[in-house]
Amino acid sequence: MIDREQVLHVARLARLRLADDEVEQMARELSGVLDHVDKIGELDLEAAEPTTHVVALENVLREDEPQPSLPRERALEQAPDSGEDGFRVPSPQA
Amino acid sequence: MSAEITDLTAAAAIGRIDAGEAGAGEVFTAWAEAAATDELNAYLWRADPDADRDNGEGPLRGMPLAVKDIFCTEGIATTAGSRILEGYRPPYSATAVERVEQAGARLLGKTNMDEFAMGSSNENSAYGAVQNPWGSGRVPGGSSGGSAAAVAGGLAPWALGTDTGGSIRQPAALCGIVGLKPTYGAVSRYGMIAFASSLDQCGPLTRDVTDAALLMRALEGRDPRDSTSVGIEGRVELPSRESLEGLRFGVPRELSSGAEGIEPGVAEVFERALETIAALGAEVDECQLPHAGHGISAYYVLAPAEASTNLARYDGVRYGMRAEADDLTAMYERTRGDGFGAEVKRRIMLGTYALSSGYYDAYYGRAQRVRTRITEDFTQAFEKFDFLVSPTSPSVAFGLGARTSDPLAMYMSDYCTVPMSLAGIPAISIPAGLAAPPEGGEELPVGLQIAAPAFAESRLLDASFALEREIGFGS
Repeated sequence: MIDREQVLHVARLARLRLADDEVEQMARELSGVLDHVDKIGELDLEAAEPTTHVVALENVLREDEPQPSLPRERALEQAPDSGEDGFRVPSPQA
Repeated sequence: MSAEITDLTAAAAIGRIDAGEAGAGEVFTAWAEAAATDELNAYLWRADPDADRDNGEGPLRGMPLAVKDIFCTEGIATTAGSRILEGYRPPYSATAVERVEQAGARLLGKTNMDEFAMGSSNENSAYGAVQNPWGSGRVPGGSSGGSAAAVAGGLAPWALGTDTGGSIRQPAALCGIVGLKPTYGAVSRYGMIAFASSLDQCGPLTRDVTDAALLMRALEGRDPRDSTSVGIEGRVELPSRESLEGLRFGVPRELSSGAEGIEPGVAEVFERALETIAALGAEVDECQLPHAGHGISAYYVLAPAEASTNLARYDGVRYGMRAEADDLTAMYERTRGDGFGAEVKRRIMLGTYALSSGYYDAYYGRAQRVRTRITEDFTQAFEKFDFLVSPTSPSVAFGLGARTSDPLAMYMSDYCTVPMSLAGIPAISIPAGLAAPPEGGEELPVGLQIAAPAFAESRLLDASFALEREIGFGS
């Protein structure tokens, strides 16, 4: 079971503001899903290697050649706030 | 009298252009006018029917194509169904879009979808639910619900979708069309907004198997900008098979008629499909995928874990919306709290929890091991069988709102499709017939899922073609 405190802790880790009613609902719904997921705890998986990638690939390399990158003004175009050739954000310690 | 352009498959329309019976511009205009009549909320953006149209060059001859709004399209609004990307106009196009355009396809519109491809009903779109053209008040499936509804509803000749755990196959089944999830790595993911990077794959939603092959031929290929892409060796062949003689079809007990949650109507259509497969000369036998029943559990750890990291980029700094706040952390938290919908928040929370200190091994680590077991199950099954078949979806199209208050019930919609995603193998859904929903009422489409070993797309399409001819189901 996930309680309210755990929900708030995970929400902080995920940088996600939840409204009060969302916190209660999240605790209930996550508990329900995790109850189901917990069934994989019954399997004997000691001998199984974890899968990180399904296609056998290794050392995918490319030539180390300079390529044009996105022009600065194009990269900044979609930002909610930009200036002085950069992305503008509120102060970290207001 | 000849059929209307919008009654034709893409391949048939191309044939008409080649015969000089229609112009590429005329075909585009006919489809753009059809798209403009959208009452299903299938489209989020549509091309102008009067825009200057070409020439019809390339193998796809200027054919219009609907594209799921998860693909970046240069200069054209791309939202992934989310409010957090409202107004975003990407500075570049996805490789999949570039490839089909190079082959001669033209963008007809961007289709509605579950937010960031998280959902099985299209009800998680920030831009409203999509109606299933087969019955008002029914979901089209998801997450590629807009693409499936557009093709089934006569609003597009074909469409691109993406599939992470069933998001092409399940809506194709619920809307009565063809949907192919290619092998992981067959198609580039560059410019396809990421949900779960080890599972996401782009593929076609079409009226028939031939169109799926035609589009797949243009899509596949290695892309230097996606180092996980490898393409398909040789080219995708257009299907022509008429019999299934010499082929062996396995029926995984865990995913077929007797499995929990499969509606009786779906099971009945599936059993009839098995008879058709046998009648076409194939051997049909039961088999086992002992760990497939744990697919949903593994998937709903792995996919949210990957999503929680992929979606960290939506922070109100570089693109999309921002909610103002006095300090930086509060800005991040408010932007994400306001910009993401309920299901996306749930998955971010689930994924962050599964990756957090103290839970990583119990959830993420174990799920990765279950994934290995499921892949091994398929490898063993394919030693005896050429293809594995199951229903695509345990149910026919359910009612709007029927599962929105129960996340787990919604997740079970992916029960039959998730194991193939975890194993990275190709799987197609083709229309198999009609069945009434358990509560009664109009009959609705049922999909047959056929899975094949990695990179066997041409063989899979060929066998599907023979079956499609025999089942003779038109949307």
